Amino acid sequence: MTFISRRDLLKRAAVVGAAATASADVARAFQASDDVAPHGPAEAGHYAGAAHEMAAAREPLENLTATEADLLDAIVARLIPTDATGPGATEARAAHYIDRALGGALASSRQAYTAGLEALDRYSRSSRGKPFTALSATDQDSVLIDVETGAATGFPERSSVFFALVLNHTQQGTFGDPYYGGNANFVGWDLVGYPGVRTMVTAAEQQRLEKHELTPNHKSAYDYESFTKATASLSRQSSGREGA
Amino acid sequence: MATKLKDTDVVIIGLGAAGGVAALPLAQAGLEVIGLEAGGWLTRRDFAPDELRNNFRGWPQAVQKANQEVPTSRANASSPTTPRAAIHPMQNAVGGTTLHYWAQSWRLNPWDFKVVSETKRRYGASRIPAGSTVEDWPFGLEELEPYYDKVEYEVGVSGQAGNINGKIDPRGNPFEGQRKRAYPMPALRGTEFLDKMASAARSIGWHPFPGPAAVNSRPYQNRSACMYHGFCNRGGCHVDAKNSTAVTTIPRAQATGHLKVVPRAHVTTIEVDGGGRMTGVNYVTDGVEYFQPAKVVLLASYTYENTRLLLLSKSKAFPNGLSNNHKQVGRHYFSHNQGAGVTALFPFNLNSWYGLPAQGVAVDNWADDNFDHSGLDFIGGGNLWVYVDRRPIGAAGMNTFGRVPNWGSAWKAFIKENADRSNGAYLQKTTLPYEDNFLDLDPVVKDPLGYPVCRVTAEYKDNERKIGAFIQDKMEQWYREAGAVAIQRAPVGGPMGVSTHAYGGTRMGDNAETNVLNRFGFSHEVPNLGVLGASVMGTSGARNPTLTAQALAWRTAEHLVKNWNKIRQT
Repeated sequence: MTFISRRDLLKRAAVVGAAATASADVARAFQASDDVAPHGPAEAGHYAGAAHEMAAAREPLENLTATEADLLDAIVARLIPTDATGPGATEARAAHYIDRALGGALASSRQAYTAGLEALDRYSRSSRGKPFTALSATDQDSVLIDVETGAATGFPERSSVFFALVLNHTQQGTFGDPYYGGNANFVGWDLVGYPGVRTMVTAAEQQRLEKHELTPNHKSAYDYESFTKATASLSRQSSGREGA
Repeated sequence: MATKLKDTDVVIIGLGAAGGVAALPLAQAGLEVIGLEAGGWLTRRDFAPDELRNNFRGWPQAVQKANQEVPTSRANASSPTTPRAAIHPMQNAVGGTTLHYWAQSWRLNPWDFKVVSETKRRYGASRIPAGSTVEDWPFGLEELEPYYDKVEYEVGVSGQAGNINGKIDPRGNPFEGQRKRAYPMPALRGTEFLDKMASAARSIGWHPFPGPAAVNSRPYQNRSACMYHGFCNRGGCHVDAKNSTAVTTIPRAQATGHLKVVPRAHVTTIEVDGGGRMTGVNYVTDGVEYFQPAKVVLLASYTYENTRLLLLSKSKAFPNGLSNNHKQVGRHYFSHNQGAGVTALFPFNLNSWYGLPAQGVAVDNWADDNFDHSGLDFIGGGNLWVYVDRRPIGAAGMNTFGRVPNWGSAWKAFIKENADRSNGAYLQKTTLPYEDNFLDLDPVVKDPLGYPVCRVTAEYKDNERKIGAFIQDKMEQWYREAGAVAIQRAPVGGPMGVSTHAYGGTRMGDNAETNVLNRFGFSHEVPNLGVLGASVMGTSGARNPTLTAQALAWRTAEHLVKNWNKIRQT
């Protein structure tokens, strides 16, 4: 990789920004640094949103490498963009969801990400002359269309298989329960108009929904103490499986 | 060497929908029953309203015994085996799949018991599709009615009766067979959208009605009413309002003191003596092997596992597998044509975020033989079911009706506007058994203990595909009448694959040459072996099988109680 990754820039910004994490200072510092990165002015709006996300994404990666995470950040930002209809996969922290899940429920996809991300960037450089993260949004989209339709070369399977995997996981990370590390601030649920996890919906509440009077409650399933956390249940189940 | 346990009266293999019901009349009669269940106990604390876990990660099936033995499948004997599904459609647990199923609890219609004779009578013998092995059931709906009634009250079913003792109630299904009394609970509530769909059906002369559900519409048997929270589909109930056998018949059977539940018991084979009499079952728990002797065994796992366990249980008396000297085990297999769906887009929100898939409006006008097939080139039909079920990841993954790509800004704007504006109908259609659709053991793929998994060789034939196209026309008409602005149809059917509505393999009928089981669900060849579940059914009808499997299970158990001395000694 020859380009300066945004994560490297983030690290620099963090040094400048001292101990502050996720602060406005860091976000501004990052955005300033971003100006020197090889992104065209057409992407200014896009990266204004990304800068905000990067400030929050400074915690350690759990499974992806920094290079893979940069690339995945850029991909998910095009799949569900930050635009006139509001926050997208970047603000939802879909890539963070994927990074975390690749060490758990999505572990069987880890190798597919390693190979697929590498192939995607190689295809970007060979067909468009630049690493994917250095392309304009329009060119990034055209690369992704090639990957989606299976036209992109150099993938272990048809590139469309990798595209479908990433799109599926990006949707999970944008619209899934925030407990799993995505859908930050419920931006995904607000986008589709989901009024939130409830454990009881009375007939009166259904009627309020039908009159557009039901306010989103912004609750995760696990904000309700009555439920055992999914991970705990999973480990108990797998211990039960051993002899059976 | 397996540890030999103390003898018992009855072993039930699998405490799910069918085995969990059969345990109750047996235990109430004082027979000593041991229920061997491959899963464990799940409780309401396990059932978080979590779409990612339930609907995308397949918890808890993904980590269970069943998932290590997902059947392989292929369309026909000359086609390649398709990739195996990642997650088994059914679950291991005390209560089985009734914990997380949709809980639609239908009785079959009278025609479903007499497909052959009624088709011949009304249209002539030539109308039975070529290659089909369909037979009339050994009895009619009236024989099963008391058991349907028993289960509806013991388990708890909500619904609107349509035909009580011959008196048609227009609020219910006018095509249902006679029932002796109403459901124990009124139907689940409606919504603005469901009411709109019902009005649209009436305006074109059809007869809409709310479907039956094993879900409490009001408190029942000291358990809560439904909370309509929207996570019932592949999720267990957090207030025990879904009437799984784990919260109804199984604890009631335990309370008699005559049912012992053995969780995490992985049954491997059923044993017979030199004379071919069933002597007990072998199972493994935590790596330890046990032999459980029993006077009678009721095999009540799922359709695929019922066939597999019989085929794996080979002996001198049954060299081709238990109860398979007539080579009928695995035959007459079919699964509901649940595909061939229709999805509609409306120009207004449907407010479907809260509710459950058993809450809906049905039309039965185009099911079974409820309409004249004289000018048509198929028999049977489909039940049209419009229901309430939406969660955010699924909503975002909605059909885009060819209007936008599947990602990017245009897609995002589309789902922002339309995420709550689509509805997909569930169209269950008659599927028949055929000569060349069957189950057997896979020659290559094995489970972790080294036993071959089940292999499905089956595809939908002309009759099923014609029904599919016909029913899609009807569904589109209904949606358009209600104001739909776009319609998408799924393909009408190819390979059957692995299904949640799998039938046959151990069919019930008087003729031992073509059926594994007699009319009471006991083996023609092994008199102290009974089989429970939809694997005994010879026709599918156009509606969910569970209540019928449960009514049959109760009937088999009652037959065993009444004939205990005779059956245990044979």
